[in-house]
Amino acid sequence: MKILVCISKSPDTTSKISFIDNNSKFNEEGVQYIVNPYDEWYALVRALELKEENGGSVSIITVGNSQDEAIMRKALAIGADNAIRIDTDPKDAYSVAMQISEYAKKNNFDMILTGKETINYNGSQVGGMIAEDMDLPFISLASKLEANGNTLKIESEDIGGIQVLEVNTPVVISCAKGMAEQRIPNMRGIMAARTKPLNIVPPIDVESLTKFESYNLPEAKSACKMINPENIDELVELLHNEAKVI
Amino acid sequence: MAVLVYINSENGITKNAYEVVTYAKKLEEQVIVITTGPKDESSLSKLGEYGAKKILIDSSFSGKDSQQLTRIIGSAVESTNANTIVFSHDTVAKTIAPRLSVKLKAGLISGAIEIPNGDKIKVNVFSGKAFGNVKIYSEKRIISVLPNSIQPEKNQSNCIIEDFNGSAGDTRIKLIDTKKIEGDIPLPEAELVVSGGRGLKGPENWNIIEDLAKELGAATACSRPVSDIGWRPHNEHVGQTGIAIRPNLYIAAGISGAIQHLAGVNGSKTIVVINTDSEAPFFKAADYGIIGDAFEVLPRLTESIKKFKASN
Ligand SMILES: Cc1cc2nc3c(=O)[nH]c(=O)nc-3n(C[C@H](O)[C@H](O)[C@H](O)COP(=O)(O)OP(=O)(O)OC[C@H]3O[C@@H](n4cnc5c(N)ncnc54)[C@H](O)[C@@H]3O)c2cc1C
Ligand SMILES: Nc1ncnc2c1ncn2[C@@H]1O[C@H](COP(=O)(O)O)[C@@H](O)[C@H]1O
Repeated sequence: MKILVCISKSPDTTSKISFIDNNSKFNEEGVQYIVNPYDEWYALVRALELKEENGGSVSIITVGNSQDEAIMRKALAIGADNAIRIDTDPKDAYSVAMQISEYAKKNNFDMILTGKETINYNGSQVGGMIAEDMDLPFISLASKLEANGNTLKIESEDIGGIQVLEVNTPVVISCAKGMAEQRIPNMRGIMAARTKPLNIVPPIDVESLTKFESYNLPEAKSACKMINPENIDELVELLHNEAKVI
Repeated sequence: MAVLVYINSENGITKNAYEVVTYAKKLEEQVIVITTGPKDESSLSKLGEYGAKKILIDSSFSGKDSQQLTRIIGSAVESTNANTIVFSHDTVAKTIAPRLSVKLKAGLISGAIEIPNGDKIKVNVFSGKAFGNVKIYSEKRIISVLPNSIQPEKNQSNCIIEDFNGSAGDTRIKLIDTKKIEGDIPLPEAELVVSGGRGLKGPENWNIIEDLAKELGAATACSRPVSDIGWRPHNEHVGQTGIAIRPNLYIAAGISGAIQHLAGVNGSKTIVVINTDSEAPFFKAADYGIIGDAFEVLPRLTESIKKFKASN
């Protein structure tokens, strides 16, 4: 089984979020990047488990600049065999998906895994876009994935429940909680990652369809109103008359 | 120009359907709905009360293949000449909207929280810690609206229901089974949510959360460690790595309010925090706070709601 895992970066969860250049750009100063948790914990780790069970290989791919190599090394340290970086700044989900699908079309993967969404933009777009461009089936928000030869049994989120689906490879799958448990890279993995191949691939020329023109921060919440635990009726009264939510 | 709205009516017409029809009506006069059934004319025609002029039903589709649904919606776009396609940003939209975006080469905005302001549309970014204003540069556009962001508004229009044959094509995905989550209100759609954290000490204590939820007609949720240790099912986990919700009311008991938890709930309209520790960070994000023991406060709150309901 030849698996491609799409890896993106996201600011460490405790990062302070602020914007520069007239609120048009994310302020990266002092921001520590991590592997997007869905990509790492669920997509990558499940891919590695499948390889351990059935043989094959796990490649990771990132559309990004040379600074993203730090998170790619982390993915290699966790156990991916090799890494591909498409050398361009990601513009929007569409252009990222077209870059990845261009590479994937030439390399015959059995499975392309993405995270459920990126933490920064929460778009849930890239996986479905790759699938459509490659004319492949797409299953999103998968929480369980078993392989039997080239037939996959997948559980994924549905409105108000879970659905169990069967599909043959090749396929694109977006991964959510439940797929696997987080793996901490060990020293050997970290050492091995240094010598694993990281191929830099030139981008194709592709337009983007959307653009984040500006950002803003939410207005500060007004101070929290404290209520005496002996007087809960007051809370109910406030929820009814002031907040108007009950 | 027309706007096409996809509605998933498998489980009936829910509030999210009224939200997206309301949204679409604010974009264009001509609102056309596409759905794959079931063909329940009386509940579908209610969409007319919110401004839908025409409802197209493709009854040929039954499975779960996002590619087939994309083809159906694609043919509806063609036959209605719609320039904007609107979804509710739910699990089904997350599979088809991106496919449709590539098929039509139409820019996609996921999780819109407001009606467009000029040509820009506001969305949550950084797990709700900020907003982004996105512009679409393609001719056609797809907007997926975050549930509970738009208040449904009535806007009566004469609504006709038509059969539609959207040529779904072959499927490569076989549906083996579906498991519905029992009885409860699905968390992403809930307007009221009661949530518990590690402060509740163990799964055997969850009855005090459930009692309050039942009295309010609310869904239940939990923090990540609670679902990780198996006190509660995974689908209740809210936060950065769980689901993001934006109910009208979020009541959090025994949850510290870590930044990753807040990421999933800070879109809530009103937040009530119950915690023994006056220094718990959650109070900074709350509208109403009670410094107290959840084991005493929750049952009292349930009683108080009961009393309130009886007298209203
Ligand atoms: C990358 C990453 C992603 C994460 N994603 C998520 C996520 O999606 N969702 C999430 O929730 N967490 C997430 N976390 C974990 C998060 O950082 C916190 O550890 C977690 O939210 C804490 O859960 P808690 O508030 O239930 O428990 P605790 O932090 O242990 O807090 C328990 C609280 O209960 C209070 N308490 C104790 N007894 C009582 C009582 N009798 N009555 C009332 N209050 C009482 C205590 O004062 C305390 O404030 C993530 C962490 C990381 C690193
Ligand atoms: N720049 C990128 N390079 C590689 N994969 C990406 C990139 N951006 C997003 N992805 C993948 O697509 C998934 C969904 O991203 P999004 O559509 O932005 O929410 C992520 O979880 C990643 O697996």
